[in-house]
Amino acid sequence: MPAFLLLTLMTAIRILSRNRLRAGLTMLGIVIGVGAVIAMVSIGEGAKAAVQAQVASMGTNVIIVLPGSTTVSGVRGGQGGAVTLNVSDALEMKKRIPLLQDTGWAKRDVMQIVNGNKNWNGPVNGVSPSYLTIRDWSFTSGGPFIQADLDAAVRVALVGQTVVENLFEAGEEPVGSVIRIKNVPFRVIGVLAPKGQSAQGSDQDDIVFIPFSTAERKVFGTQFIGSVGALFAMTERQEDLFAAVDQIREFLRVRHRLQTEQGDDFTIRTQVDIGKVQEGTSQTLTVMLLSIAAVSLLVGGIGIMNILLVSVTERTREIGVRMAVGAKRRHILMQFLIEAMALSVVGGTLGILFGVVGARLTTVIAGWPTIISGNTVVAAFLFSLAVGLFFGLYPAHKAARLNPIDALRYE
Amino acid sequence: MTRGNGQPVSLIQCQDLWKVYRLGDVEVQALRGLNLTIEQGEFVAIMGSSGSGKSTLMNMLGCLDQPTKGHYWLNGVDVAALRADELAEIRNRQIGFVFQSFNLIPRTSALENAQLPLFYRGLPLREQRALAAAALERVGLKGREQHYPTQLSGGQQQRVAIARALVTTPSLLLADEPTGNLDTESSREIMMILDRLNKEEGITVILVTHESDIAAYAAREIVIKDGQVLTDRRTKPKHPSSLVGR
Repeated sequence: MPAFLLLTLMTAIRILSRNRLRAGLTMLGIVIGVGAVIAMVSIGEGAKAAVQAQVASMGTNVIIVLPGSTTVSGVRGGQGGAVTLNVSDALEMKKRIPLLQDTGWAKRDVMQIVNGNKNWNGPVNGVSPSYLTIRDWSFTSGGPFIQADLDAAVRVALVGQTVVENLFEAGEEPVGSVIRIKNVPFRVIGVLAPKGQSAQGSDQDDIVFIPFSTAERKVFGTQFIGSVGALFAMTERQEDLFAAVDQIREFLRVRHRLQTEQGDDFTIRTQVDIGKVQEGTSQTLTVMLLSIAAVSLLVGGIGIMNILLVSVTERTREIGVRMAVGAKRRHILMQFLIEAMALSVVGGTLGILFGVVGARLTTVIAGWPTIISGNTVVAAFLFSLAVGLFFGLYPAHKAARLNPIDALRYE
Repeated sequence: MTRGNGQPVSLIQCQDLWKVYRLGDVEVQALRGLNLTIEQGEFVAIMGSSGSGKSTLMNMLGCLDQPTKGHYWLNGVDVAALRADELAEIRNRQIGFVFQSFNLIPRTSALENAQLPLFYRGLPLREQRALAAAALERVGLKGREQHYPTQLSGGQQQRVAIARALVTTPSLLLADEPTGNLDTESSREIMMILDRLNKEEGITVILVTHESDIAAYAAREIVIKDGQVLTDRRTKPKHPSSLVGR
């Protein structure tokens, strides 16, 4: 009976608008609850998307192998505390494991870098040319070094944005100029495109790349020629990542002649693992905000129930009259349920509005990325409807169970 | 129409009607085997002191309550056997109520008050409005459709209540002390309307009152005492116009 529903809704709206302050205060809990849900979900989604973007910027198909801790007479060195990986591991790995599209290697040290009267203390990485493609570095000017540069241990360097800002005047073109790393002159042949913060929060643009062989022979003064700080491998497809990880582990264990009872002398990491840690953090935040939202929705629902119980008492005579002229129990039930849902839906809509504004403000003021999805808004709306339905049920039931004679006589 | 035993069906037939309440430990016998028959088109006044059981009888006749024992046939249907929703349906279709305290829905226009029974019948809105406006016109309130109860005098409010009772074209109109809260002039207006509805439209009117001059409008006067009919006599109805200047 659409006429009945429409008129009941109109009546409910009229009754609520007659007592705006009361209705407003009743709705407040729902407004805050739904607002918190919207803000929370959009901040959470934003954080998740940001992490995913960071992980993607590192390459989701990249595997990193770090030299593992060694045990010498029970004394354990830290991660990377041993020289268990070398260039030949990388080259053999590429040959033996067909899943791998390419492998690269790197070794890093923090060095003093000088350009004219300016200097900067930053990480210098000796890398293979393949490393640059694996980590997906691009250039704002100039270009990468090639295998020939590596073979000849040529003194060329690629510099990141942070290094450029600290070593060069604004507007000065770094490509072509000569910088000194640990007093060895290097010609700058490329400026790297900025990558921003890593998933761990370190500045990825504070970096200098030089050919691995040059670093080994002319800058770092390596004890063991060919030892690397990290191996990098890339699969063609992301789906192959975990299969490749297993194959690399197996390959390296055999190559390093590790017995079954011995642990790995290396550590394998993927960006996916790192991303998971980050998502865990944002999930903690989400759970916290969700519980706030749940509590305030509960309080809001109880507020609606309370005000409806008051309304049922106030309007007992009216209920009696309605019953006398032929209202059935379900009519009375519907009337109060619709009133409860009108309260919670208006509250929910206001909450959505506040939540969206709050999320936007978070982005503008705190600079956190937020994403407001249509699904979230629809879910929040339906949820507030459900809260109204749930907490309206008891007062509505109470009204519908009234005895018409007693209700009519009620003073 | 006849019931199983071949008797013609009266509008109202009460047979050995009992109503027993429990107030704590005390058992109150409000009706004690009451018998009563009212035919279609009658104008009946029910009188009695407070505690006589006349309110209980009114609730019973209005299908707001059901007997503890006995039978009440309304248009041949035994009300005692019905469920709450079926009672609501009967109240909606067959009975119009007029109360002493008007009982209009506050802050709701005269038109919407008169619409109320149709609202629960689920008629289209347009039809509800048209019927309610016609009912208001019949009680002389044309032009007051949008007035709120607080903007109307007592007599006018009672007329809205009558319009609300009429809007469903009921066969029975129950008026419980309809003039109890009104001055003499308004009382006379209300009684004239009830009289006209009875005479011209053939609506059965049952009036509860303790004022004998109001009861005098009716053609039949039933006195209730101790939950039973004490006297039941037909009186020659006085025409309302003869009361002018009383």
